[in-house]
Amino acid sequence: MEAEAAKLIGAGLASIALVGAGVGIGTIFGNYLQGALRNPSAAPGQFANLLLGFALAEATGLFGLVVALIILFVF
Amino acid sequence: MTLIGAAYAADSAGHGGGGTGLPDPMHQFEIQRIIPLEIFGYDASFTNSALFMMIAAVLITVFIVFAMRKGEMVPNRSQSVAELSYQFVANMVRDNVGTDGMKYFPFIFTLFLFVLVLNMLGMMPYSFTVTSHIIVTFALAAFVFIGVTLIGFWKHGIGFLKFFVPSGVPFIMLPLLVVIEVISYLTRPVSLSVRLFANMMAGHTMLKVFGSFVVALGLLGGWAALAFMVAFTGLEILVAFLQAYVFAILTCIYLNDALHMH
Repeated sequence: MEAEAAKLIGAGLASIALVGAGVGIGTIFGNYLQGALRNPSAAPGQFANLLLGFALAEATGLFGLVVALIILFVF
Repeated sequence: MTLIGAAYAADSAGHGGGGTGLPDPMHQFEIQRIIPLEIFGYDASFTNSALFMMIAAVLITVFIVFAMRKGEMVPNRSQSVAELSYQFVANMVRDNVGTDGMKYFPFIFTLFLFVLVLNMLGMMPYSFTVTSHIIVTFALAAFVFIGVTLIGFWKHGIGFLKFFVPSGVPFIMLPLLVVIEVISYLTRPVSLSVRLFANMMAGHTMLKVFGSFVVALGLLGGWAALAFMVAFTGLEILVAFLQAYVFAILTCIYLNDALHMH
């Protein structure tokens, strides 16, 4: 296999990390809504934690994206 | 040259390959020398990155000084914005670190505003996003990491090492868990910096790619891509704020670990 082709395949594989980010963000918002509908009065207090969890989950997927970009552009 | 890093390599690689006719999405991250300068063999040029950092610093200082020049009991518009941002960060520090952490409030306030303004300046078309360079975010994160570790040792002495020993664990598990704790502590600056850098770079690359779709699809089909662009720009502004917020709140959490040890 050509090195160029292997690079493209590797970058594509590295982007699969975004699946995990999608699942994580969905879980966070879904569970927040579930909790917020059960106890609406407690929901605003947890909004900061919601955003924190969203950012942390999104970042793990973006680590994979960074690996893909490094494979594509640095090597 | 180290400052130029990945984006420079990306740019030179981007022009070679492709041939799709679309503009190179990595071009926006290129660092240009505005005033070339060399000190003791090091490239210390005044770049567009340094320019935007200075704009951010001047903007924050001028705004806060201007807004608080009178300090009225009933604040006017600009004063209430300044007070709102102060309150926001002060509550963040108080909730996450406690009242004894308030002496580190100026640092976290500065950090939050600096990252926020850099992210927001980057959202302007044809501007430069300083935080989309790993070296900038890593310098910030390494400063936080080293500072927090020093605070921990200064506060608890050698007893700060107990931080790496989780309590209530069977003795036989300890060697493994201590290694894991140390590794997770040492990856903090990496995750803190890569989170900000990756979010900014991925967002701006995505905006550029969708922007080139608008042009490529032309007058007929470009509207769909343009609608996406508007939505994504809104999302990116949210992300720009959120990442500054997360950077500041994680700094608070690390500070809390160092001050109170779990």
